[in-house]
Amino acid sequence: MPAATSPSIAVERLVKIYKTVTAVDSISFSLTPGSITGLLGGNGAGKTTTIATIMGLVTPTSGRVTVLGAEMPQQRYRVLHRMNFESPYVEVPMRLTVRQNLTVFGMLYGVEDVRGRIAQLAGELNLTEFLDRPTGRLSAGQKTRVSLAKSLINNPDVLLLDEPTASLDPDTADWVRSHLERYCRERHATMLLASHNMAEVERLCERVIIMKRGRIEDDDTPAKLLARYGRRTLEEVFLDVARGAGVESEAAQ
Amino acid sequence: MSMPAQISPSFSPRRVAAMMLRYWYLLRSSWPRLLDLVYWPAVQMLTWGFLQYYIASNAGFFARAGGTFIGAVLLWDILFRGQLGFSISFLEEMWSRNLGNLMMSPLRPMEFISALMVMSVVRLSIGAVPVTLLAIAFFGFNLYGLGFALVAFFFNLMFTSWAIGIFVSGLILRNGMGAENFAWSIMFFFMPLTCVYYPVTTLPAWLQPLAWMLPPTYVFEGMRALLIQKVFRADLMLDALGLNAVFFSAGVIGFLALLRSARRHGSLMQTGE
Repeated sequence: MPAATSPSIAVERLVKIYKTVTAVDSISFSLTPGSITGLLGGNGAGKTTTIATIMGLVTPTSGRVTVLGAEMPQQRYRVLHRMNFESPYVEVPMRLTVRQNLTVFGMLYGVEDVRGRIAQLAGELNLTEFLDRPTGRLSAGQKTRVSLAKSLINNPDVLLLDEPTASLDPDTADWVRSHLERYCRERHATMLLASHNMAEVERLCERVIIMKRGRIEDDDTPAKLLARYGRRTLEEVFLDVARGAGVESEAAQ
Repeated sequence: MSMPAQISPSFSPRRVAAMMLRYWYLLRSSWPRLLDLVYWPAVQMLTWGFLQYYIASNAGFFARAGGTFIGAVLLWDILFRGQLGFSISFLEEMWSRNLGNLMMSPLRPMEFISALMVMSVVRLSIGAVPVTLLAIAFFGFNLYGLGFALVAFFFNLMFTSWAIGIFVSGLILRNGMGAENFAWSIMFFFMPLTCVYYPVTTLPAWLQPLAWMLPPTYVFEGMRALLIQKVFRADLMLDALGLNAVFFSAGVIGFLALLRSARRHGSLMQTGE
């Protein structure tokens, strides 16, 4: 099969069981290169475990995950330098300056011209004036932009984002979304976005996967989901799924 | 445009350098961290030094065995601070919630371990060099006067400290911050058995074989042989080296096994308690 049509991420019958708890229960999906996909679900739905498995941070109990053709986690070092992620559950070291942090991660990811890349990212993300300030002394919005810069330092082909705009004011959040959208379009990068912000998902994602109790409850474009559930917003669709309400056609039957 | 390398090498000195740079930036930015490297070894050396000075002036044997206490304190500090330097650098990643970033980056376990090993030497040097100079100034004890023997002692003690530091880091990876106390206390488990301040013959006969299974025991015996009998025991150093190779291999194997276990149990996602 030509490389262009190979999925960037392929998840096949993925199961992850922690002792007696099934966090992910036989899910399958694949993401095409350049696509932006939202991963929705309530707390404990299995989103974080799914993303962690894709990153090679968790070994599946059964099933298979491949990223850019490499099996995770066994072949992760073939592709980790082409991936990156951002999550509110991890932070860049706060005592280091923004420049120091980006230098360290640039070197870790094998960026050839680290200085040039930092200057470029600082310009794009309005970080130039903060580059030599300790990261811990920045505002929440500025820190998020630093995390975003870290996640883009290697020009990733696959970008995994967990709540990228959590705790940001609407203006900054909107700015971050625009930047991510532009990056993916220009770079033809694949983005998987876990979020509780339905407006964000609706704006960014061409496809939405909704998880509940470790399983995929629905998987479609936002427009088709809205039509199927007979709702006006994704938030209403999310609530229907979370509360166990069926799709409109089923309800009619 | 800056592009990442197309092939991620299996061992990259640049990634090791990146991690060393990360710890150097941290040390440089924090004077309490730097001070902490010096003050406790200095306090300990001065306490034991004055004790030895007092005993030596009242007992003939100790007068002849000048410097054994101070030497033991300084060598013990190499062992203890070497392990602590390794473990604290690792813990910095847990404290700063940065471990996830590293584990999802191309950084490989052996690169991470290599950077931690180098940083343990850097941290130790920052603390130990001023303290050894203090030992000369206060007690006329010149550790550097041991010459080649000091190199053999130092290398063997660092080897052991890395082996234990690597294993403890694996325990913390697998079990979270609940295992942090091991980083601070595990070396004290070895203290009575490695016979830092007394000969192995002081131990009960049944405990002596256990003591001889630990590489630092050979170093401390070797130090006493050098300072009291003025003999460099190369045989002891070679035995220590052989045991250290076993300890180090076991430490790395244990770390990799604990890392695999952490991936299975999802521990890398939750680095809290």
